[in-house]
Amino acid sequence: MHADPKGVLTGVHFLDGDHACCEGTLAAGARFSAGYPITPSTEVVERFALRIPTVGGIFIQMEDELAASIAIQGAVWGGAKAFTVTSGPGYSLMMEHIGYAAMTETPCVFVNVQRGGPSTGLPTLPAQADMMQARWGSHGDYGIIALCPNSPQECFNLTITAFNLAEEFRVPVMMMLDECVGHMTEKVTIPAAEKIEITPRRFTKQPASEYRPFKPTEDLVPEMVQAGDGYRFHVTGLTHDERGYPSMNVEVQDSLVRRLQEKLKPLANGRALFEAEDLEGAEVVVVSYGITSRVAQRALQMARERGIRAGKFRLIQAWPFPEQHIRDLAARVNAFVVPELNLGQMVHEVERAAGGQAKVIPVSHAGGGVHQPEAILKAIVEAAAL
Amino acid sequence: MSEMECLMEIPEDAMNPVEPFLRMDRIPHIWCAGCGIGTTVNCFTRALLNSKANLDKVAIVSGIGCTGRVAGYARLDSFHTTHGRAIPFATGLKLANPELQVVVYSGDGDLFAIGGNHFIHAARRNMDLKVVCVNNMIYAMTGGQTAPTTPGHATTSTAPYGVSEPAFNLVSLAEAAGATYVARWTTFHVMQLARSMEEVFNKKGFCFIEVLSPCPTLYQRRNKMGDGLETMKYYKKASKIRNGAPTSECGLTKDGEIVVGKFVDRDRPDYLALMRTQMVETLGDRYAEPEIACCETEEVCSR
Repeated sequence: MHADPKGVLTGVHFLDGDHACCEGTLAAGARFSAGYPITPSTEVVERFALRIPTVGGIFIQMEDELAASIAIQGAVWGGAKAFTVTSGPGYSLMMEHIGYAAMTETPCVFVNVQRGGPSTGLPTLPAQADMMQARWGSHGDYGIIALCPNSPQECFNLTITAFNLAEEFRVPVMMMLDECVGHMTEKVTIPAAEKIEITPRRFTKQPASEYRPFKPTEDLVPEMVQAGDGYRFHVTGLTHDERGYPSMNVEVQDSLVRRLQEKLKPLANGRALFEAEDLEGAEVVVVSYGITSRVAQRALQMARERGIRAGKFRLIQAWPFPEQHIRDLAARVNAFVVPELNLGQMVHEVERAAGGQAKVIPVSHAGGGVHQPEAILKAIVEAAAL
Repeated sequence: MSEMECLMEIPEDAMNPVEPFLRMDRIPHIWCAGCGIGTTVNCFTRALLNSKANLDKVAIVSGIGCTGRVAGYARLDSFHTTHGRAIPFATGLKLANPELQVVVYSGDGDLFAIGGNHFIHAARRNMDLKVVCVNNMIYAMTGGQTAPTTPGHATTSTAPYGVSEPAFNLVSLAEAAGATYVARWTTFHVMQLARSMEEVFNKKGFCFIEVLSPCPTLYQRRNKMGDGLETMKYYKKASKIRNGAPTSECGLTKDGEIVVGKFVDRDRPDYLALMRTQMVETLGDRYAEPEIACCETEEVCSR
């Protein structure tokens, strides 16, 4: 299916990451958003509020982040493609509803423009410190997808990908921007609507009498319906059987919760989204994402000028973590260098996947700015000397 | 006549008139003997029947708690959401699919403690929702803790020496926040309650019905107020029907008078009407009517 031209601002633009992300939501077919103001993310919904009345949809500013993050799910079950936008403290408040979306398999998108934390932290300055929260922030076992753009163009492109993956896997998808990427202004090319692929909702073709709302199909994802179509279906955050009815049966819990994770397996390996450069023959590989990947690019150049065979592995998709790729690389490189704007989050995943086959050197930063390329270079040099 | 003979006299295809409205494969329900929630559900099914609403276009949304389980028993598109968040969920559902009649059915703790902020904002916006609050004056599902509706002097599991904080007057709160329809009944007033529920199906805007209901297991028993039947007798004796009474004078106490009736029935434009007027005024022809729901089969997604 192609994008609806009404939402696609085809052309070449000069946009910041937040605005580009908004254009991505419109191109992807989102016609409902609920938000609550928080720096540095508000520009996404400000633009949506400006654009949507002429496209045909609704933005509602809710009374808090809990309301925003559940209103979008009501809208999804009403038939909409919907998203909300927030940053650190608001993201913390949304955790319960990320769990609800995961449990009820409600396809929706959460945009988090990360800022320094913990608590109110650094409202206007960058960090990448919500990466683990994105994966594990709500209680219980579940799976999500998280994407990390590193430019306004990618904010646009990946937002469309986020909506498509949400529909394909019926999961909440996290767009993990950071303040720098959100506020960085660059050229953004928006293609014609017919060049934009849109994944349609997996509506069932079964009649109401046979339809089971949470019966998995072959790829473990159930088919969906929307309210008002006569299916009289039930949705609950309680552990539920294939009919959607609450159950306190241990086997029902086991098969449901395992499936919520297992349905995402294809993304962990074969279909993982990443950008690789000079991995062939590399002695050191820098694993980075978001704004840090752009600082790392300079460090990689400097390292290569010094004759170090340094490769790049950029996480476009942080979750599910592309563990097989890192494991394969670990067998043939000296070390990984993992710079990130936190005191060590994705680096633990790299360590886990590397499984002791290669050394893993973190380059941490508490946030509020970005790394100096020299700091990353120093780690690369150290790694090359191993 | 023995019990067996009694049963045999019921024809095989006999059916309670409320059955088509319920998920009979989920019955028996979880509610205790003497609990009033089932009574309210019975009234609700009668209201659905009498209102002649197209049941495919009625959705019910609940929060968490004993009353939160109502959605799961109603044979409608039904959503059992998170604690306190039924109203914002219902807001998104209604806005995405305005042809739905959206009912929020939940308890006093859910709607007025953890969900209190959402209640007043939805009323302020005049969101087109029908909110039924079953008020048993206690957190029942979790074992009888103090609710924002527990009247002073009552004993709860978290106020073993008696509640000292003042309780919310729900009908006054609803009116002040902007509800277009406000009524209160008890589970003794089944005819009146069913009629109010039917009325709100033909009313636009934020409608609120409070239903006072016994929790014999955790409220009445702990407060030595008898069982479900005793509570019905109390409701009968203590209730005064005063339609149009000033809601500020309708606060509830532990064992005092219960003012019931329809207090507010007024018209003001709902959220979607207000939004449309504002957009047309500002944008004129550039305003595009919301077309939100996803399409199912078209080659190009037009929505």
